[in-house]
Amino acid sequence: MRTRLRDALEAFGSLCVLAGRAVAAAARAPRDWRAVIVQLDLAGIGSWSLAVLALASTGASLAMQFVSGLEPYGASLYTGKLASLGIVRELAPLLTALLVGGRVGSGYAAEIGSMVVNEQVDAIRALGADPVRKLVAPRVVACTVMMPLLVMLADTMGVLGAAVVTTREVGITAKFFVNQVLDTLWASDLLHGLIKSVFFGFVVGITGCWVGLRTTGGTEGVGLSTTRAVAVNAIALLVTNFLLTKFLLVIYA
Amino acid sequence: MPEPILQVRGVQKRFGPKVVYEDCTLDIYPGETLTIIGGSGTGKSVLLKMLTGLMHADAGEVVAFGTDITRLPEREMQPLRRRVAMLFQSGALFDSLTVEDNVKYPLREHGWGSEADMDARVAEVLEMVGLPGSQALKPSELSGGMRKRVGLARSIAIKPDVVLYDEPTTGLDPINIRRINGLILSLQERLGVTSVVVTHDMDTVFTVSDRIAMLHERRIAFVGTVEETRACPHPWLQSFIAGGRGTLADDEG
Repeated sequence: MRTRLRDALEAFGSLCVLAGRAVAAAARAPRDWRAVIVQLDLAGIGSWSLAVLALASTGASLAMQFVSGLEPYGASLYTGKLASLGIVRELAPLLTALLVGGRVGSGYAAEIGSMVVNEQVDAIRALGADPVRKLVAPRVVACTVMMPLLVMLADTMGVLGAAVVTTREVGITAKFFVNQVLDTLWASDLLHGLIKSVFFGFVVGITGCWVGLRTTGGTEGVGLSTTRAVAVNAIALLVTNFLLTKFLLVIYA
Repeated sequence: MPEPILQVRGVQKRFGPKVVYEDCTLDIYPGETLTIIGGSGTGKSVLLKMLTGLMHADAGEVVAFGTDITRLPEREMQPLRRRVAMLFQSGALFDSLTVEDNVKYPLREHGWGSEADMDARVAEVLEMVGLPGSQALKPSELSGGMRKRVGLARSIAIKPDVVLYDEPTTGLDPINIRRINGLILSLQERLGVTSVVVTHDMDTVFTVSDRIAMLHERRIAFVGTVEETRACPHPWLQSFIAGGRGTLADDEG
């Protein structure tokens, strides 16, 4: 029990150290823009369809739930208000991060993990370079930049999904819905979700790379790292989300 | 005899419960070719990685060019890595880069000069390893022997003083084995490079060695010239020489 606790603390410590080194490496010029662009492409262009699909359908389902839940109180007119708030502040950032994180983070873990077991990470060091600067920093930067963009897209799709359901089921006009959403949503709500998404992007990038760098034991180890990355990433995102939500609500209050 | 350039003094190393080295001591002199033999799993690669600071000893010290590198932080390793290059077992080429970019990698990291200078150097070392004109190929298009030769070209590109070879001939056909042996010899003769070669291959051992060191029971059990090695009565050493490798029981032990 004690050794397991120590292992967990050691692991968390090494994650924090890696995060610190990645930030330091990303802040230091000259940055490797080519590597960042490749990673931006992989993380963002490859993930946008996932975010679109997830949020359009979740926005629609959420609206359906609100319509049926609010109907008995004659309050289904307010569906647009509630759904858009829920989507923009909570669902879009978290769902996008979880889905993109599962996809991108496990990819990082697999790629960096195979580089570890093929001695390529050792080779980077032996050739006089820093694996954190070469491998981790471009990926973390790409995720951190891309996540807010994906979340903005997800916000839009989520609200659109909700709009389709609400206008059809409650019988309000699209104009009424749009006005309601614009009335309800303040810039601060959007910002709330976007601030979260910046942190989520960082978490996705750093946990994927971290799991990859800790890979041991051949191809089997790479497989293990790939699945582990999804779990580590999800846990890290959920914890970050809880803490950030609390923190942001305190700030806003 | 001149001063040793690399020294391993009383080194201990363990991985979890597995003790790899108990009290390992070895001196490497400038200009010589030292081969290290020993059964599988006796930590020969670990020794090489400690010599270039990729792994750190738990106790004892590793001294390179008069500097104790045992606890040297990674960011101060750059000068060492410029002087001590390593050829990894699999070649450890970067899959995503062409042969040219692989060989240029250390040149860029150590600031070799202009792009034209680097191009010239790449062509020169590829010529040396017998692969002229292979610049545009990807590692996936190369055979095992070619990968090792490109790996060697990458290691010697920055003109290191010492090259560490991790099983340079394992898994190669006789022609490639002879070619690699010839390269090790010609680097020593033409450029005065010091070589440390970890190998199972007795042909390689007797072709390239000035001295031979034997790893046995978690330490260097014997070091001597080729003649001294042949004359040494150590039963394990004699069975290794006779059989090309240790007996099965020794291998597992």
